[in-house]
Amino acid sequence: MIELINMPIFQAVVGVAADEPNWGLWLLLKLLQVLGFVIVLALLVAALVLADRKIWAAVQMRRGPNVVGAFGLLQTIADALKFFFKEIVVPAGSDKFLFILAPLIALVMAFLAWAVIPVAPGWVISDINIGVLYVLAISSLGVYGIMIGGWASNSKYPFMGALRSAAQMVSYEVSIGFIILTVIFVTGSMNLTEIVNTQAGGFWNWNMFRLNPSTELGLANYILTPVLFYMGVLFFISALAETNRPPFDLPEAESELVAGYQVEYSSTPFLMFFFAEYVNIMLLSAMMVILFLGGWHAPIDIGVQFLPGVFWFFLKTAFIFFLFAMVKAIVPRYRYDQLMRLGWKVFLPTSIVAVLIVSGVVVFTGAT
Amino acid sequence: MIAAIAFYILATVAIAAAFMVVASRNPVHSVMFLILTFFSAAGLFILMGAEFLALLLVMVYVGAVAVLFLFVVMMLDVDFVELKKGFLSYAPIGAIIAGILLIEMIFLGAAYFSEGGRPLVPADPTMSNLEAFGAVLYTKYAGAFEAAGFILLVAMIGAIVLTLRDREGVRRQDANAQMARTREEGVELVDIEPGQGLG
Repeated sequence: MIELINMPIFQAVVGVAADEPNWGLWLLLKLLQVLGFVIVLALLVAALVLADRKIWAAVQMRRGPNVVGAFGLLQTIADALKFFFKEIVVPAGSDKFLFILAPLIALVMAFLAWAVIPVAPGWVISDINIGVLYVLAISSLGVYGIMIGGWASNSKYPFMGALRSAAQMVSYEVSIGFIILTVIFVTGSMNLTEIVNTQAGGFWNWNMFRLNPSTELGLANYILTPVLFYMGVLFFISALAETNRPPFDLPEAESELVAGYQVEYSSTPFLMFFFAEYVNIMLLSAMMVILFLGGWHAPIDIGVQFLPGVFWFFLKTAFIFFLFAMVKAIVPRYRYDQLMRLGWKVFLPTSIVAVLIVSGVVVFTGAT
Repeated sequence: MIAAIAFYILATVAIAAAFMVVASRNPVHSVMFLILTFFSAAGLFILMGAEFLALLLVMVYVGAVAVLFLFVVMMLDVDFVELKKGFLSYAPIGAIIAGILLIEMIFLGAAYFSEGGRPLVPADPTMSNLEAFGAVLYTKYAGAFEAAGFILLVAMIGAIVLTLRDREGVRRQDANAQMARTREEGVELVDIEPGQGLG
């Protein structure tokens, strides 16, 4: 018991099996893990919102938030407190139960997917064999929060936003599925930890580059290099569309729909939508890092090994988030028909061709 | 013990939600209950150790099919009170179908349990769910699998053919032509003297 307390939380759970009589202890440790993840994610959201605004401001040569706390560090906390203490306004004609349920769904689904994300060796709440499928399944549920919220408001702008969001997210999920399929083919596993472990040793082993001919695919790795690099870029753009980030923020396009699906939301329910959006952005950044950028492995295999895996994971995820923020600052919003055209006529066919190429290479080189 | 409790909770929720799909007045609530039913069914699959099927159910039915249901139901501008007026006249037919299904289920259960019940044994315990599926789906049942895919393709093309109509005088956008535009043919810069206008 004492030695369990002294151990790091993720190693301690491995030491206690669930089917033993001490399943209560196991449950307690699992709950502690979940609590740890939630607290860290919540703090990171606060930091990311500020980072997002600061980067945006820097691109436009403004200062950004700089009043609350040093360099505006406490700005997000102040905003969150303001939202908490405001009154919740429920529109008279709304479906009250679904109106309150919608932000809850959005927030819970955003957090649920983190259950299978490995942030360092063994640092994962649940290391299941079909982790990729789990993430796909849960992230496809996030759209319900937006759709129900838009419909339950009983107002036309939220409804338009909800419809756009549903169509957009369903469209881009299809191409995300195909993109992930190529990664599954080359790594031969649906377990996120194993996918990361096949990319160990340096950036030339990462799925995005694959420049190392000494793996079991041999020289065929060089055939895969451009294909998988393209898949990585496509995954990033699809992630933008999936999280309703600019330039694909049609569901909340403020110049057309006021604020889209969240027009009628105020106070804590609005905060929940906002929170869910940033947790989702972090999730897709983390998925990009896991699938294409080597997870917690260092970019070179000499000299930097003393740094822990979680540091590299955080650094890479933060870099992807930086790209998210830069795209928001630089690229103008797409028109809705352009968005649909890009999803169905560009991303989908090219990712299907990529799946054909990758599966062909994997079959002909005999690697499994 | 815990598995049994979980089974009864999930099964109860599934049946209650399935009932509410039919009983609730608001069609959007019906779809929400349908989603709850799917979720409970996925939970039952997980209890049986079929986690791949469970996630597939969530992904395909909850993540895609039910979204489209919700989409259509929200868009429909039908007075559902009006629609439900003749609701009870369908009751006899519904009762007959339900009765037939019930009798079939009873016979199925009786046939199954009269031999002591067949325990579910995995064909190869070293294989994960996913590998087991892949190993039979693309070898033993490859024909049936491809036939299913082909039927879906035909249905898709059929839906497109049915809704595609050629109208006269429609101005379509040509994305390539739009993107091939240059600054010279799109914008004309005119230097206008103050107070004169283009005239």
